[in-house]
Amino acid sequence: MKAMVAVKRVIDYNVKARVKSDGSGVDLAGVKMSMNPFDEIAVEEAVRLKEAGVVTEVVAVSIGISACQETLRTALALGADRAVLVETAAQLEPLHVAKLLKAVADQEQPQLVLLGKQAIDDDAGQAGQMLAALLRWPQATFASKVSVNGGSVEVTREVDGGLETLALDLPAVITVDLRLNSPRYVTLPNIMKAKKKVMATIAADTLGVDLAPRTQWLAVSEPKARAGGVRVADVAALLDKLKNEAKVI
Amino acid sequence: MAILVIAEHDQASIKGATRATLTAALQIGGDVHLLVAGSACAGAASAGARIAGVAKVLVADAAAYAHPLAEGLAALVVGLARDYSHVLAGATAVGKSFMPRVAAELDVAQISDITAVLAPDTFVRPIYAGNALATVKALDAIKVVTVRGAAFDGAADGTATATIEPIPQGPQFAAARLVRQELTKSERPELTAARVIVSGGRGLGSGENFHLLDQLADKLKGAVGASRAAVDAGFAPNDYQVGQTGKIVAPELYIAVGISGAIQHLAGMKDSKLIVAINKDPEAPIFEVADYGLEADLFQAVPELTAGL
Repeated sequence: MKAMVAVKRVIDYNVKARVKSDGSGVDLAGVKMSMNPFDEIAVEEAVRLKEAGVVTEVVAVSIGISACQETLRTALALGADRAVLVETAAQLEPLHVAKLLKAVADQEQPQLVLLGKQAIDDDAGQAGQMLAALLRWPQATFASKVSVNGGSVEVTREVDGGLETLALDLPAVITVDLRLNSPRYVTLPNIMKAKKKVMATIAADTLGVDLAPRTQWLAVSEPKARAGGVRVADVAALLDKLKNEAKVI
Repeated sequence: MAILVIAEHDQASIKGATRATLTAALQIGGDVHLLVAGSACAGAASAGARIAGVAKVLVADAAAYAHPLAEGLAALVVGLARDYSHVLAGATAVGKSFMPRVAAELDVAQISDITAVLAPDTFVRPIYAGNALATVKALDAIKVVTVRGAAFDGAADGTATATIEPIPQGPQFAAARLVRQELTKSERPELTAARVIVSGGRGLGSGENFHLLDQLADKLKGAVGASRAAVDAGFAPNDYQVGQTGKIVAPELYIAVGISGAIQHLAGMKDSKLIVAINKDPEAPIFEVADYGLEADLFQAVPELTAGL
């Protein structure tokens, strides 16, 4: 069976986002961009399923400007078999992304779609669930364990009170959490191999999806910084501060 | 204009995340209706009816909702949503799972994890791990919104009792089934509702050492949390995790023990009223957000602090 993995190009995990002084957004000029870390875990899982003989082909999909090809190359170097870029310069919202991914899924007919549970830029956490709804497929969010058994998949999810395991009939959508796996390091030979793999480009406006904005971003601002605190010398001084200054205990 | 809030409950009472969501709904303004989908959930329905500001409680009481999955819950809500201007739920594991399905089926945007209501169609939400705040206006006719519980006080019980209206079960979705649950058993308050949280990081060194925090938390009647590093290392269960991708908390007192303070962890706790950091590394970034920083060996400081309370 075929697995499709959606990957997003985002600000690198280790870079602190800076708000533009005019409040129009976050300054990404010259900032290191990488694959969304959760999406990397999704790619790794798909590749492991292929190595285990469960999946026959892994297709990585990204949506955005041509620079997203770098993100797709990373997915190919991790072990995806081929890549599809849905190219657009439009400001995309999760609903647009889900509709574009549905259009690709309609063409590719995967049995399993894997995505990160959220992107670390907009922190929306919507695309996977929206895609599942549009496809009318079952979903499992926040996956920490995935095992495919014939026509169904068992997914253990990290929920508020602990863990929960669902069984989903395939095809299904899974969004992955941090502890599902640790993605492998990309090696030089695999980067070289990735260059020979097929990357197709589809213009987003050929997919018949309305990309008109559904929200308007009025402003982006810095959160209020916490006032600097003080160092205390020892536990006795800390207890004194907690009791007599902050009065919290 | 009426607002539909989807309740999270344990069949007998309404969870704190829903009470916070109701506060956000009341700030938007209009008639607030609460949907309780459960099985033998009359207790939760009457508890919901007593909350101040709730005008009506809709109850879908059916065996299928003993543990509603995202697919079935979304289908039930979609069937009701067209009579409402807003659909709100807490940004919990449950809310995050079913609400985007609701939005997609209604063909509207979702506004995730709001921390403030500026107007009925305009909300503030953190982005980039809380390093920026976006003010977002929703243009669709129905606003689908998830609410960050830590950003709103929970709605309290009032003096009036809302009407309770039974509604029929929605469509079922056979392709997803619950296999089992493994919930962490704890006598302590829920992390997102606790007044005090004692949280541990990699500095604890082992799961056994992590129990040092239990004694301190018990003295303070608090909850125990953890950084991602501590959960990844197996020192603490996953539902303890505080951070960008874990739980977002804002207690009166947050004591960070052996936590260095990665931006992803700070995103989950920096709105706490008072932050105490105990760490032996004087350069640890956690000290930058701490009101009181104690540079010390936690294995000495924590027992001493526990004994001194």
